[in-house]
Amino acid sequence: MKNNFILIIITIFCFLSCTNDNDGTLSSSATTTLKFTHNWNTDVITSADFNTIQYTNENGQMLSIERLRYVISDITFRTNAGENLILDDYNLIDLTNDDGLSYSTNQIPIGNYVNVSFTFGFDNEDNAENYLDLNSESFNVPDMLGGGYHYMQFDGKYLDTNSNEQGFNYHAIRAVDNPGMNPTFPQDTFFTVNLGPITVTNDIEIEIKANLAEWFKSPNLWDLNVLNQTLMPNSSAQIMMSENGQTVFSLGDITNN
Amino acid sequence: MKSRIVYTCFVVFFLNCSKEDTGYEPTALGLDIPQIFAENIITPIIPNDNPQTIEGVALGKRLFFDKILSSDGSQACASCHSPQNAFTDNTPTSDGIDGIFGTRNSMPLFNLAWNYGERFNWDGKALSLERQAEEPIENPIELHSSWEDVVSRLQSHSEYPELFQLAFKTNTITKELTTKAIAQFERTLISANSKFDNYSLGQATLTPQELNGLDLFLREDKGDCFHCHGNPNNPLWTNNDFHNNGLDTTFNDLGLGAITGDPNDNGKFRSPSLRNLAFTAPFMHDGRFNTIDEVINHYSEGLQNSPTIDPLMKKIDEGGVQLSDQEKADLKAFLLTLSDPSFINNPEFQN
Repeated sequence: MKNNFILIIITIFCFLSCTNDNDGTLSSSATTTLKFTHNWNTDVITSADFNTIQYTNENGQMLSIERLRYVISDITFRTNAGENLILDDYNLIDLTNDDGLSYSTNQIPIGNYVNVSFTFGFDNEDNAENYLDLNSESFNVPDMLGGGYHYMQFDGKYLDTNSNEQGFNYHAIRAVDNPGMNPTFPQDTFFTVNLGPITVTNDIEIEIKANLAEWFKSPNLWDLNVLNQTLMPNSSAQIMMSENGQTVFSLGDITNN
Repeated sequence: MKSRIVYTCFVVFFLNCSKEDTGYEPTALGLDIPQIFAENIITPIIPNDNPQTIEGVALGKRLFFDKILSSDGSQACASCHSPQNAFTDNTPTSDGIDGIFGTRNSMPLFNLAWNYGERFNWDGKALSLERQAEEPIENPIELHSSWEDVVSRLQSHSEYPELFQLAFKTNTITKELTTKAIAQFERTLISANSKFDNYSLGQATLTPQELNGLDLFLREDKGDCFHCHGNPNNPLWTNNDFHNNGLDTTFNDLGLGAITGDPNDNGKFRSPSLRNLAFTAPFMHDGRFNTIDEVINHYSEGLQNSPTIDPLMKKIDEGGVQLSDQEKADLKAFLLTLSDPSFINNPEFQN
């Protein structure tokens, strides 16, 4: 990942701002923990809810979830002064195995931030790097499909027009055309999720809610009878996923510790 | 009175002296991590309570090949896990000392320290390599012994107590130390010198047919093998995860489901590595397929639907991904590049 000015800025902030921490000593920075929760509209989803056809998408199709994992990266805190503190890291959220649901960042300076954001997936520069942990998770995208990594693997089953169970693989990647030796990239499909202003006065836990129903909803009404499997080499489907993903994530509860 | 206590303590201290007290330590032995692994995947799992040592590995190797572990002295671990078969055997299922065949294909043994989830066996029952080594000893259709008897035989052996002393600084043999030693040896069984490994390192070339097979392996609209069986960036060629890959409509063997008790896991088995397929036939958890061709045919047109079939299985209504004869041949050619003759011939792994 990018080795930019983050450390310098954090160091400056550390000297400029101080506060009392729990043991009464002065502290200028805090740990931010991102807590990822999942829901289908008003229903909370955990791995215990997997494997049962119980959710209805906007198109009226019932479906189950059997596997869900996705990566977020470049968590960014934007200061009042317009500076971006980019935490040059990433986190794989694996709801199937309840891994990565809580992610603690490096220390960040306390203060008011006009926006906190992250990237769903990887930007193109980061996507081109080699991550041993993600390789070990077999999260790769083959080179002939553009290389890099999945942004998301969302697998499950839906009921087709004959009420038969069929599999779907809603796999989000960097959209690619001309799969093969020289793939081309029609449009970026990673996107930024803006959570809004957040004040960090102490160690803080930020809930990030993911409404999975939104992947199938808007602006592209998703018909699983048409778009179910083999979506990785389908650049139009990838662009639609990226567009629908814009409304999946939102800010939940903020807990100051 | 006080001086007598001190004297007694000294006597007890000297009587208990052994290598534990002479500063002896087994010689640490790091795993020889292949370049292709070091560059692509995270470090292997070595339990804190069972570090690799030269003496531990040597003891584990001897135990692995020693028929003393079976009740009648007729079989060893290696009887069903032969080096020449990449540490599996060549029958669909394996027979134990009483000639009774089990229900599962013997799993090949290599790159075990990179099974990050540490669930071993086809069904994930064994939660560490050490625990995996416990069960076959007492299984009535395998070595059909008892740990009490095995420990007794090892303890009364002319050489084993000293070998345990060297490996673990005690000559009191236990089940736990025995399985630790076997696990240490098994972790040294590393295979990473296939033609494809050398191709990845820029030291070999693939034929056009092999390259086309790789393409089919990686194409989601063709083989789509990579979601479960690794890719050039995951040279384990398995995700070590559990899947129902469409073998049956109903299950005689519940696999992972019998372990977890969750019916959603019924019919799921661990994805085996595709390394060394040239040496590990027959295939699948029950050894039902005798050849690689049969395996490819299964995924191409033989899929059977069931409630827990993995959604990664495609075109189930058509029986599978529908490869042409040429595509099947190309895919097979690629798969064979993952085999590593130097592994099965490695003198370090022979009896």
